[in-house]
Amino acid sequence: MMDASAIQKDFPQLRRHVRGKPLIYLDSTATSLKPTAVINKINEYYTKYSANIFRGIYKISEEATAQYEDARTRVAQFIHASKPEEVVFTRNTSEAINLVAYTWGRSNLKRGDAVVVTIMEHHSNFVPWQQMAKEKGLEFRVWGLDKDGTLNLKKLDTFITRRTKLLAITAVSNVIGTINPVKTIVGTVKKLNPNCLVLVDAAQAVPHMPVDVQDWGADFLAFSGHKMLGPTGIGVLWGRFELLEEMPPFLFGGDMIREVHVGETIFNGVPHKFEAGTPHIAGTTGLGAAVDYLTALGMDDVRAHEEAITEYAMKNLSDMKGIRIIGSHDTAHCGGVMSFTMDGIHPHDVAQILDQDNICIRVGFHCAQPLHEYLKIGPTCRASFYVYTTKEDIDALVKGLEKVRKIFQ
Amino acid sequence: MDMYREQILDHYKHPRNFGTLKKSDAKASAYNATCGDKITIEIQCQMMNAKCQIKDIRFNGEGCAISMASASMLSEKVKEMTLDGIMKLNTENILEMLNTTLTPSRIKCATLPLEVLQKAVVSLNP
Repeated sequence: MMDASAIQKDFPQLRRHVRGKPLIYLDSTATSLKPTAVINKINEYYTKYSANIFRGIYKISEEATAQYEDARTRVAQFIHASKPEEVVFTRNTSEAINLVAYTWGRSNLKRGDAVVVTIMEHHSNFVPWQQMAKEKGLEFRVWGLDKDGTLNLKKLDTFITRRTKLLAITAVSNVIGTINPVKTIVGTVKKLNPNCLVLVDAAQAVPHMPVDVQDWGADFLAFSGHKMLGPTGIGVLWGRFELLEEMPPFLFGGDMIREVHVGETIFNGVPHKFEAGTPHIAGTTGLGAAVDYLTALGMDDVRAHEEAITEYAMKNLSDMKGIRIIGSHDTAHCGGVMSFTMDGIHPHDVAQILDQDNICIRVGFHCAQPLHEYLKIGPTCRASFYVYTTKEDIDALVKGLEKVRKIFQ
Repeated sequence: MDMYREQILDHYKHPRNFGTLKKSDAKASAYNATCGDKITIEIQCQMMNAKCQIKDIRFNGEGCAISMASASMLSEKVKEMTLDGIMKLNTENILEMLNTTLTPSRIKCATLPLEVLQKAVVSLNP
């Protein structure tokens, strides 16, 4: 079992006091805190081998290049990719998904094709496909939820038809926490239509549980560094090598070329043809350090800790009067995220009063407005948990919510 | 605990001029997609000393305590105010009216009702 209190010592921000009081950070679904190891690794690039990568014929450039590619290898191992080249560095999950839309989507989708998303998608896996559908005249279909907040797999055959070219699906909902059975879904999709690709938004999965892209059988996977203890500005697109090879480049410019002549350009190979321009080198090595940190903790233990904390939070919050928890209460199939409302009190007011005791939660639609409209609910409060979340943090949240109720009673 | 002082909570729990007008001269709405606040304001005008002023006003919608209290207090403040006077109101006036300290992310909540009211006034003079 993980000791979250000991882990807290690795996170300098948790030593910070605001208004004389410590921080109770319950917004890791938006972005995670960073351990010293990650911060030091970023710093190391700027203090030891700050040089551009690939073309330098001098020691520190070679060092920087090795560090950059080493991070790619670590990320590949972390998600069980079959080779490092399948890992493409992007800015974040949104950019990774847009990369697929702009390259694979533009060259493979045509009028009359269908793309399917689920109603629980984050805007980053919803808007690119909605817009691509408008541009290309595609059928844009949305897979809804059952009452318990899960997808009904029996309905899949109505969505995956001969015309369906893509299912874009999140592994874990960033609002209600539902963990989707990705492996089973991919298996069913491939049986219904072997030509339908599956893109998995794993922004809330890779940081929190073991992920094995080969076991899942997916075609694309997207996630962000900053939600998994890494820096902002670095994300990952994983794709099956054969698919990446066939796809046209994303952005044009430096690094993504092999030869440039006045009349034509020969593009670089995978993954470099998708990484135009000088990349976020420090961010990439920082992500590598985050992967090391999580690997040392063990992803099974990370998941077990979050499940225990979520269960504790679920129990304590559902005991409170006037609190409505959105979605499933089944923590075995739920990530470390919990959305709720308080009767008669607007989420912004809840968050504002909690902030007075440095309790950081998120309120609003959490970049999933279609889900809120589908559930016919207004904005919600969301508390989310990670490796450094303790039961004391949950106790502080409960105490804070009692204070909110008192002020508004 | 300044932001949720008694008067603001009172206006939130018992909003003044909440509802709709049987007959209105102008109506405007706004929706803040980041927090889900919705507000509609209706106004009825009259001429007084050759100037057009607010005779009656109603608002409805849903939102946080700050936006709802701001709408309620504003509805009391602008009765019999001239339309020119309303157009001169700004963020500072609203903060003075609320008499509380707002964090940067909440100023938008406080000023949403004024924006809607001014939109209604503008619609009278196309």
